[in-house]
Amino acid sequence: MRQEKKIDCPAVIELIGVEKVFGRQRVLDGVDLRVCEGTTTVIVGASGEGKSVILKHMLGLMRPDAGRVEIFGRDITQASARELKAVRRDFGVLFQNVALFDSMTIFDNVALPLRERTKERPQQIAVRVEELLQMMDLPGAATKYPAQLSGGMQKRVGLARALALDPKIVFFDEPTTGLDVLKSNEIYRLFHHTQAKLGYTAVIVSHDVPKIFKLSDHVALLAEGVIQGQLTPEEFQRSENPLIRDFVETTMGLIYSSEREEAALQ
Amino acid sequence: MVLLFEKLGDYTLYYLEQAGRMGLFLCQCLWRVVTPPYRIFPVVRQLNFIGARSIFVIFFTGGFTGMVLALQGYYTLRKFGSEGLLGSAVALSLIRELGPVTAALMVIGRAGSAMTAEIGIMRNSEQIDALECMAVDPWRYLIVPKFIAAVISMPLLTAIFDVVGIFGGYLVGSLMLGVNGGTYFQGMYQSVHWVDVEMGLVKSLVFGLLIVWISTAKGYFLHWERSGGFGAEGVSRATTSSVVLASVTVLIWDYLLSAIML
Ligand SMILES: Nc1ncnc2c1ncn2[C@@H]1O[C@H](COP(=O)(O)OP(=O)(O)O)[C@@H](O)[C@H]1O
Ligand SMILES: [Mg+2]
Repeated sequence: MRQEKKIDCPAVIELIGVEKVFGRQRVLDGVDLRVCEGTTTVIVGASGEGKSVILKHMLGLMRPDAGRVEIFGRDITQASARELKAVRRDFGVLFQNVALFDSMTIFDNVALPLRERTKERPQQIAVRVEELLQMMDLPGAATKYPAQLSGGMQKRVGLARALALDPKIVFFDEPTTGLDVLKSNEIYRLFHHTQAKLGYTAVIVSHDVPKIFKLSDHVALLAEGVIQGQLTPEEFQRSENPLIRDFVETTMGLIYSSEREEAALQ
Repeated sequence: MVLLFEKLGDYTLYYLEQAGRMGLFLCQCLWRVVTPPYRIFPVVRQLNFIGARSIFVIFFTGGFTGMVLALQGYYTLRKFGSEGLLGSAVALSLIRELGPVTAALMVIGRAGSAMTAEIGIMRNSEQIDALECMAVDPWRYLIVPKFIAAVISMPLLTAIFDVVGIFGGYLVGSLMLGVNGGTYFQGMYQSVHWVDVEMGLVKSLVFGLLIVWISTAKGYFLHWERSGGFGAEGVSRATTSSVVLASVTVLIWDYLLSAIML
């Protein structure tokens, strides 16, 4: 039994039996995942399990060897370049290594999607960029280059760029890995704030258990190439799936024990 | 033995695949060059980089090529007592052959390598993926301006190379070797025809396209490189191989075009 309970909701992203093989290495072996509208889904799992690979399938950057990836009900694995582009208009992405354009200033980085995708005049774009940088607590960074900023600031610029066009879905690949506690809290605060304001659906890949649980509606563990149940944070921590239990115990110690064990103790 | 065939097949498949990719890449780029939206400013920037900033190098190499041609040509022509033909000899070799080829090699070294490295680094650090995810067409945004600029710049640079070379030849011929200046230019005037200029022009256009095609595709497909397109070393390998491939291709096409147009 892979999924302990089927989640029932209007899905914006649905992965059905996605398989991906690199050479001899079978990374994804039938991944099923459903992301509901307006919610936050967190994908957890050990390093190198293929979390970023899942994200790249959702973004249409990789094609699965088998299975379907449906975004707003449209299968993007069969989509033409033009359809894919249309789907991506609603995406915002914060890459694992941020992927800022390193030969452009921060201002130009955030302005790029606005310049390329809207017909707004330069003054309007400047106002919007200032607004975004302000929202991300980055005053005075506009004229700097990415290499001149700290890791935390780069992530915030990446978030500003991802949110520039009011996306419907935002993907975060390890938004806080490599940051200290204060800086990751800052990122979470900004995430919480912007999601409340803009109402986007979020898909987050993270190691930051248990902190990330507070922000999530669903948690999905990727292990052995499949999603080991996609559950609410409470259910996840109480799950009886041995892999999930293992994960919960190693990352956060035993907080809740399962109902069966509790019954046995009484 | 089976292993050998397996390897051979593997190589063949890889190179076929790569050739196919490069071909599709060229079609994609050319399609985007001719379809709107057209953007002027990025093209101007690339014209500055590929064209304007190459002028100094072209000036220098053109001058010295013309000078050495005059020197060597004079030595040869004097054996036949026809120093008067120096002007035509220098001009024809430059316009038909040395101008387009040397200018192309200079542009490969100066701009081609830079294009491969720039695009390769963007591929490596997921900046191209980021563009795609923003629904910005990376071909249109990154590569099309380079294509247009290279195809415009190459003939102009070649023309500069030819003119400077001819004057370099004149300097050496008339001031150092004592060939009559009037004879130098008169001979040239009589022997250079439109077909010669046309050949130079066609060559430079084709070379411009070949250079920008190879250097941008090598960077763009960095992640498919057989030797592993990872990290700084991957970029440096791709840059080296793009310079080598572009130079060899230019020389091969130079022969082919000469053979066709003669
Ligand atoms: N483009 C690729 N080519 C070959 N192997 C890859 C590629 N991308 C990822 N992998 C492999 O897939 C596995 C999962 O990678 P990744 O998704 O980055 O892990 P993580 O869960 O830490 O994000 C790794 O073992 C990696 O070697
Ligand atoms: Mg990852």
